[in-house]
Amino acid sequence: MMRLERRHETSRAALMLAPIGAVAFTMLVSALLVLWAGAPVGRTYALLLQGGFGSVFAWSETLTRAVPLILTGLAATVAFKARLFNIGAEGQLFAGALAAVAVGGMHGGTGFELAPWLLFPLMMLAAALAGALLLLGPALMKNKLGVDEVVTTLLINFIVLLGVSALLDGPMKDPTAMGWPQSVSLQPDLELGKLIAQTRIHTGLVWAVSLAVMVWAIFKYTVLGFDIRAMGANARAAAFAGVPVTRTVVLVALLSGALAGLAGAIEVAGRTSYVTLDMSPGYGYTGIVIAMLAGLHPLGVIAAGVFVAGVLVGADTMSRAVGVPTYIADVIVAASLIAVLVATLLTQYRVRMK
Amino acid sequence: MSNATVLRLQGITKRFGSLVANDGISLDLQAGEVLALLGENGAGKSTLMSILFGHYVADEGSIEVFGAPLPAGNPKAALAAGVGMVHQHFTLADNLSVLDNVIMGTEPLWRVFSRRAAARARLLEVALRFGLPVEPDAMIGSLSVGERQRVEILKALYRGARILILDEPTAVLTPQESEALFATLAQMVAQGLSVIFISHKLGEVLRVSQRIAVLRGGKLVAEARTAETTQAQLALWMVGHAVDAPQRRPAKSVGDAVCVLDHVSTASAKDGGQDHSSALREVSLTLRAGEITAIAGVSGNGQVALAELLCGTRRATSGTAQLMGRALPPSPARLVQRGVARIPEDRHAVGVVGDLPVWENAVSERLRSPVFSRWSWVVRRAAARLHARRIEKAFDVRGAGLMAPARSLSGGNMQKLILGRALLAPEQAEDADNKKYPTRAPRLIVAHQPTWGLDIGAVAYVQQQLIAARDAGAAVLVISDDLDEVLALGDRVAVMHGGHLGEARPAAAWTREAIGLAMAGATQQQPGAGALQ
Repeated sequence: MMRLERRHETSRAALMLAPIGAVAFTMLVSALLVLWAGAPVGRTYALLLQGGFGSVFAWSETLTRAVPLILTGLAATVAFKARLFNIGAEGQLFAGALAAVAVGGMHGGTGFELAPWLLFPLMMLAAALAGALLLLGPALMKNKLGVDEVVTTLLINFIVLLGVSALLDGPMKDPTAMGWPQSVSLQPDLELGKLIAQTRIHTGLVWAVSLAVMVWAIFKYTVLGFDIRAMGANARAAAFAGVPVTRTVVLVALLSGALAGLAGAIEVAGRTSYVTLDMSPGYGYTGIVIAMLAGLHPLGVIAAGVFVAGVLVGADTMSRAVGVPTYIADVIVAASLIAVLVATLLTQYRVRMK
Repeated sequence: MSNATVLRLQGITKRFGSLVANDGISLDLQAGEVLALLGENGAGKSTLMSILFGHYVADEGSIEVFGAPLPAGNPKAALAAGVGMVHQHFTLADNLSVLDNVIMGTEPLWRVFSRRAAARARLLEVALRFGLPVEPDAMIGSLSVGERQRVEILKALYRGARILILDEPTAVLTPQESEALFATLAQMVAQGLSVIFISHKLGEVLRVSQRIAVLRGGKLVAEARTAETTQAQLALWMVGHAVDAPQRRPAKSVGDAVCVLDHVSTASAKDGGQDHSSALREVSLTLRAGEITAIAGVSGNGQVALAELLCGTRRATSGTAQLMGRALPPSPARLVQRGVARIPEDRHAVGVVGDLPVWENAVSERLRSPVFSRWSWVVRRAAARLHARRIEKAFDVRGAGLMAPARSLSGGNMQKLILGRALLAPEQAEDADNKKYPTRAPRLIVAHQPTWGLDIGAVAYVQQQLIAARDAGAAVLVISDDLDEVLALGDRVAVMHGGHLGEARPAAAWTREAIGLAMAGATQQQPGAGALQ
């Protein structure tokens, strides 16, 4: 029989070893699958690493992919830190993307007649607001009525996606798109600049990193940060100490939803320039994985986002060369999440065999 | 009384990391005796009993029950061997009958029909044999705490327990109910059962047991026949050194009313008005500067509602509550602003946020004051840590430092941190305009079970701090289940029962018996009437 017993104290060595052990476990599990697919393990991993991080081009692709992942990862981090389980970042991302196009799109040549320096912040604001308002409802329902936000935010995703689908085939459809369900393009003036010529990496990366630093500073240096951490760690004690619970829930919802909404707007302005239904291969959900991988640390989210993006990008290269399906990337990401969660548990508990 | 050994613990050692919770404890239990297990909180009593009952596995040592070794880590084996445990917090389902609660878990899952008639006969037979009268069809929710405890004991006996472990059984009882329990125990041991009676109250241990084992710091420090020992000797064994009880001094000068409740009622706790005893019902109370008002009562009679009302976490539904002439604000932050110091009942769940560092917990109540934040937005970390260090020094908080999580503090040190946070006014920061948060000593102190679970040294410290605050002119309210504490601290004493609060009378006008009767719900008479004698 196996039992878990709480450790009296967590040693520093255990905290250092936990992530290393988690990575080793992930590599091992994935290696078994690679072997099963009939490919050489060493070469497969080498190709994966090379594809994700092996060249300037690889890095540019990885970082491009990391931008929305960092932003949705931050959205999950802010919310989860306060124990508001926002599973709706996917929907908030699409809402943000649509809002960005609604404000900054070409509208078939009849868009807003505003200078780009005015329209750009309006576009970002609209995107942030769209995402924020989408989360506000579930957060208030949780706070006032005790409705489980996991259920509401998750279900709202489907509503939003179907709504986006309807809009892309209806009022927001680009008339010049040969019948494809896609929105009008963003005005070229509003698109984000490139960081490196001839690649796709754009200044959205600067946005993502700055926002991560901003969230970190909020957590560490502000009263709101204390409120969020206290409420997440022990809501009763936080309320007793005078943390304004409803206010904090509202602010957390607005912040988390805004970050996810910005992820959508920055994807549109930096990469796609219009909204399609497949612009996000589940970035909102992957953001949750990234937040957990980072241990809900805002700066850790940058590292976790780049790691996951690198694995996803590298898997494409690897797949072409050795014929292992790209799904191995999903396995690696999922296995690393489980491994990190188990490793964290083991820093707090010991296993006793009987 | 036979002398057969029914239970033998040998060399039990249990370590949690570097902490040795039980250190080579060997203990015998004879048939037909009450063995008291005495020790402060953290002495290792609960760990030892958890090992016996199979919740923990000992690192070393063995257990024999009726001569047969008991497999470790298996509560079912302990039950089957005849060991029954009555926990301090009952494990009964309120919405089921007594009979249902007793037979729950004793019948095989795949039996289609419950053999209730046989079970009822057996229950009544057991009840009769040990003098524990019950009504099998009564709902648990309708029973008093004393009756519920009786059901818990019956549950163990019904399962064939020959060794009964009672964990702090009197903590929830009135003095009269405790007496009834002691009589029951006497009857049980007379019939050959054995009882382990866990407690930290010296008086009742002497009253109920034949033998006493004293634990301190995980070690068995003494074992004695009850007849051959004294209260002073037991206290010395338990603590390791002599402890002075805080000196009771009468209040010097009683000042104006600081807080006045007039016919205040509240909604009940969280159960949608099911249990009316947990709500306040038309409570009137006046708290005066320079005086300690102590509220006695069996827990669950509205004390939580009263404490929460005065701590800002519960609203009154009717009546008026005033603080220094103005309405009592229903908000923790505004109460702190107006000079209310609050010490909650449950320091782990409510008092501190365990995962956050000590220094953040030390200023959490006043983080929005200009002393500790600019524009209530950016935390002044240096000022906050400085104040935390002052609390640490002034209230002797010992632990792994200000950066360590508050969870790592021992119960006594956590309580000192909470006391310091509530009582020590911060020094004015140079550029802080401090109109809203006064930097002076608190005007009203609300302490709910302030010494619960603390060792004797910490108890004395906390009580002295409360007395000192009173002498400095604060109005102090102490709500406690512990009658000794009520009598040690209260200048005036009132008793709470079923959500009603009796009149607060001078402590000298009460006797223990009168308080006990009032705790049990006897109608309180006018001052000067018979209840006072």
